[in-house]
This record gives sequence, structure tokens and C-alpha cells, in this order.
Amino acid sequence: MSPPFPFRSPVRSRVAEIVLWLVLAAGFWLWPAYLALWSQILIAGLFALSYDLVLGYAGIVSLGHAAYFGVGAYAAGVLSRHGWGEPFSGLLLAAFCAGVTGFLTSFLVVRGRDLTRLMVTTGIGLLLYELANRLPDITGGNDGLIGMEMSPVLGVFRFDMYGRTAYGYSLAVTFVLFLLMRRLVHSPFGLSLRGIRDNPGRMLALGYPVHRRLIAAYTLAAVYAGVAGALLAQTTQFVGTDVLSFNRSAEVMVMLIVGGTGMLYGGLVGAAVFMLAHHYLSDLNAVYWQFWLGAFLIAIVMFGRDGVLGASLRLSRAFSRRPTGSS
Amino acid sequence: MLTSFLGVLFDGLAYGMLLFLISVGLSVTLGLMNFINLAHGAFGMLGGYVCVLALQSWGLPYFVMLPAVFVISALAGLVCERVLYRHLYRRSHLDQVLATIGLTFMSIAAATYFFGPLQQPLQVPKFLSGQVSVLGVDLNIYRGFLLAVGVALTIVLTLALEKTRFGASVRASVDKPRVAEGLGIRVGLVFQITFAVGCGLAGLGGALGVQVLGLDPVFPLKFIVYFLLVVAVGGTSSLKGPLYAALLLGVIDVAGKYYVPQIGAFIIYAMMIVLLVIRPHGLVSRQ
Repeated sequence: MSPPFPFRSPVRSRVAEIVLWLVLAAGFWLWPAYLALWSQILIAGLFALSYDLVLGYAGIVSLGHAAYFGVGAYAAGVLSRHGWGEPFSGLLLAAFCAGVTGFLTSFLVVRGRDLTRLMVTTGIGLLLYELANRLPDITGGNDGLIGMEMSPVLGVFRFDMYGRTAYGYSLAVTFVLFLLMRRLVHSPFGLSLRGIRDNPGRMLALGYPVHRRLIAAYTLAAVYAGVAGALLAQTTQFVGTDVLSFNRSAEVMVMLIVGGTGMLYGGLVGAAVFMLAHHYLSDLNAVYWQFWLGAFLIAIVMFGRDGVLGASLRLSRAFSRRPTGSS
Repeated sequence: MLTSFLGVLFDGLAYGMLLFLISVGLSVTLGLMNFINLAHGAFGMLGGYVCVLALQSWGLPYFVMLPAVFVISALAGLVCERVLYRHLYRRSHLDQVLATIGLTFMSIAAATYFFGPLQQPLQVPKFLSGQVSVLGVDLNIYRGFLLAVGVALTIVLTLALEKTRFGASVRASVDKPRVAEGLGIRVGLVFQITFAVGCGLAGLGGALGVQVLGLDPVFPLKFIVYFLLVVAVGGTSSLKGPLYAALLLGVIDVAGKYYVPQIGAFIIYAMMIVLLVIRPHGLVSRQ
């Protein structure tokens, strides 16, 4: 079953998309006091986008996606700690390292069925987490990687304490990567991924190289996750072992599900909802937050799996009373 | 050298026995219903906390506490099955993962709320504490007790599964649910009861394991890999598979942590990945 897909025709969604990015760009004036939080939201949104490629488009249920986020974060962190503070080369290195890790592990992941994939991805995540803990010389271990020095972005914009540069930098990188991904999921490659998700046997019969497509998608998702991790490392100038934690893998899954899978912007919407809710609710009580998060997950599964985007789409359809065809 | 090896073997077997008790219910859930239940460890944790409460607040004697833990955990399992799980049997694996992770989060938050985030300190009961020396090897009495309980329960379970009418319907439902249904076996009911018993056993394992596995609110997440691994390695066709898998896992884990502590939990995760690569379709696939 394919989710209701508002971006099936790129033209119809264009207005909403442009508005979204304009609002984000206006963030400098709309939420000047919360720029740090909003750059985290963008980064989480980018990470969720990368997970969307794995789960929403390729249909691989993974609980270890933080592995690539963490590899990227450490790559960028270690590079800048060794005196090379130029941000974009950090992103490139992170993308490369995460991509290699993703490519190598993808062979383990794409074999097998849901449960096997779930366990293998969980195992990869836990393995890397243990590794980061056991190699304090490189990662700083439990204390985290401190002493990162970032040079100004493009040699002009210094990372300031208000998070203005961090926000602009994250926004620019996220925007460009979204554009690329948007192009990709509407390409024949993206369509073939959705075909594989819905019916791998049939796609194989049609002559598609199912395994190779899945490996390519998984590797690309790892690259995106690595860039997201690097952004987090560079904008906060700190990397802790939590970048690799199981919780982060579970959270990105939650964000994507909250927003809606296979809809490109689901991850970004979900990340915003999740992080803002976390920001305000965990101020009240961190324990309550986890409880309600769990309850919310169960509610989503029980009452509607297409997330915020899907629900708002259904609402807008109900209001416009257009015949929607079968969905 | 040999004595330390025997000591590690003994501890590993006791540890494996606990893993077996906690995971055996999961092998039914995964095997019979093809249902991914990531919240299984929560029932083990529930058992652990009921044990702490029963011993410290209610003042129950140790051997009254154990059956009480079993009953309470089984009831909790039954309630969850009725309220949540039965709606998920026919849903996608992703839905099952999401809902059971949600349940796990809720159980962690609830445990933190009621008992605080710290490890529960619980002394081994006096008559089970201490060491005995057998052939020059110091054996911990409590671990011996764990082994004995595990062996006894395994025998009971095996007999129940192989010699009783209910056991026969469980086996039939596992092997061919549709045929079993056609023969008039109420597969749904069989599953409910088996699920409850599985949760009860998980609770019992959690209670017995407070002093060995530790007990804190993140228990369900910390051990979920172990439980899944027992099921994946052991398969679901008999009790023997999960039992051997759990014992093997217990020995390997204890030996790894004893002899090469610097790589710690590494061995288990690496073993899991290698295993799943060798058998990519999982050893549990029943289709």
C-alpha cells in the first residue's frame, strides 16, 4: 500500500514547499531566541530524511541508523580537533566515512527479512557504540570529544553564541540536500525503490537489480546521516557517545513515523514536532516525556500510521471535497 | 586456570538459564505468531520489581514471592495481550516494532517514576548466599540455585509441552496454525495462555536475576538483544533450541567479559551479526 502521496506531481506541492523553506529562512526573525534549538531541528530533520530513504522508500526496518550519524559526527569532530576547522571539508569527510561504513554494512542489512534486518541493524548500532566507548583515544570515550575548533563558514561567518551561523549553515546544507533527495525520489531510481518496498519479488521478476538498488539506497542514506551527524558536531562543537546510542536510532524512527513515511517532508515535520514537544514537555519532567512518547507511539500505530503530514492531507482533502481517487 | 574456567562455565550456565527463562516466552510470540515483540524484557523487569517489593515492602517469604511474581507477570501479560497485542497480529512488522517500542518506553518511564533510576540493591537471601567449594572450584550457591530452578522448570515445561493435551495443541498451533484451527483447536486461546505463561516465566526470570543481571529501568532495552538472539539462534520448534542457545550465549558472554574485558559486549554483537549473515533468513523463519 502506498501512502497518500501529495508530492506525486511535483508541481502541486511546489507552493507548500516554497512556503516551508521561506518560513525556515525567516526563522532568523521569527524565532531569534531559539535558533540553537531550530538548528537542532533541521539537523534532526535531515537525519530523519535519510532514515526515510531507508524505511519510507526502501522499506528496510532499521533500529541502528544512528551508527552512520555517529560515524559522521566523529569524523567531523576528529578532523576539527586535529586542527582542520574548515566546515565543508568536515562535511565531506563525514559523508565519505559514513558512506563507506554504510556501503560495507549494507551487504549485511539488505539480506534477510524484517526481523533479521532489525537485529542486524541493531547489532551494527550497538557494535559501533561499544567501539566508541572502547576507543577513548579517538573518541574521548564517555567524556565526549571536546576541544573542537571550527573556522568561520566560507571564511566569513564565525560560529556565534546565539547560533545565527549554526542556523544559517544547517539551513543551507539541509536545503541543498533536500533538493537533491527530492530529485532522487522522483527519478526512476526512487520509483524503483518504492516498487521494491511494496513488492520485491515482482520487481525482481521485472528485471530490477533489487539488491543493488537497496545497497545504493542504504549507502546514500548513510551518507545523508553522516552529514547530519557532522552538522550536529560542528554546530555544537562537541561529540558525545550518545550520537551512536540506541535511543537516537529509536528517536529518528519515531520522528519519521510522527511526520509520515515516504513523503519526503515527513522527517522534517516529525523532527519539528518531536523536538518542540521534547523541548517544552521535558522541561516539565523528563520521565513523563518518555512515558507520553511511548503512549503516543502506540496511539499512532492504533489510530493512523501516516503521521502529521498524512493526517493534514486527509483534512485538507475533506475540506476541499475533491474526489481523491483510490488511495 | 582450569578452576577459573570451571567457575566461568558455572556462572555462564546460570546466566544462560536466566536468559532462557526470560526468552522462552518470546520464542513462542515470534515463532507462533511471527510477532516482533520488543517489549518482552518489560515483563522481566516487572517481575524484578515485584520481587523487590514483595521481599522488602510486603515481607513475603522468598518461596512465596516466586509464584506470586509468576502470577502477577502472567496477568500483566494477559492484560497487554487483550488490550494491545491482539490488535497487532495482522499488522506489518514495522507497526509491531513501533507499538512494542512504545510499550517499552512506557514501562521504562513507569519504572523510573515508581522506583527511581538507580540499580535496585537486593541481597541474596541468607540461606542461598555464600560459596561452596567443589573439587577446588568455588561455586556460588545462588547461581547453583538458579541452575537448579532452571533445570526443574525446563523439565516441567518439556513435560507440559510433550505429554499434555494442551501441550499438543500448542505444538500443533506452532507447526500449522491453519490446520490446527481446522481441527478445532482454538489457536487464539492457546496463544493467549501461552503468551501469559511466557510473560510469567519472563517475570520469574527477572525476579531470580535481580542479583545477576541487575535491575534498573532500562532493563528492557539493555537485554533485548540477548532475548532476540536466544530466539534467533535457538529457533522455535522445541524447547531445546532456545535452551542450548541461551546456555551458549550465557557462557560466551560471561567468558568474554571475564577473559577479555576490554572488548566487553563486543563479542555478543559481533556473533549475532555473523550468525545472521550466515543464516540471512533467520533461524526463526517458519514460512
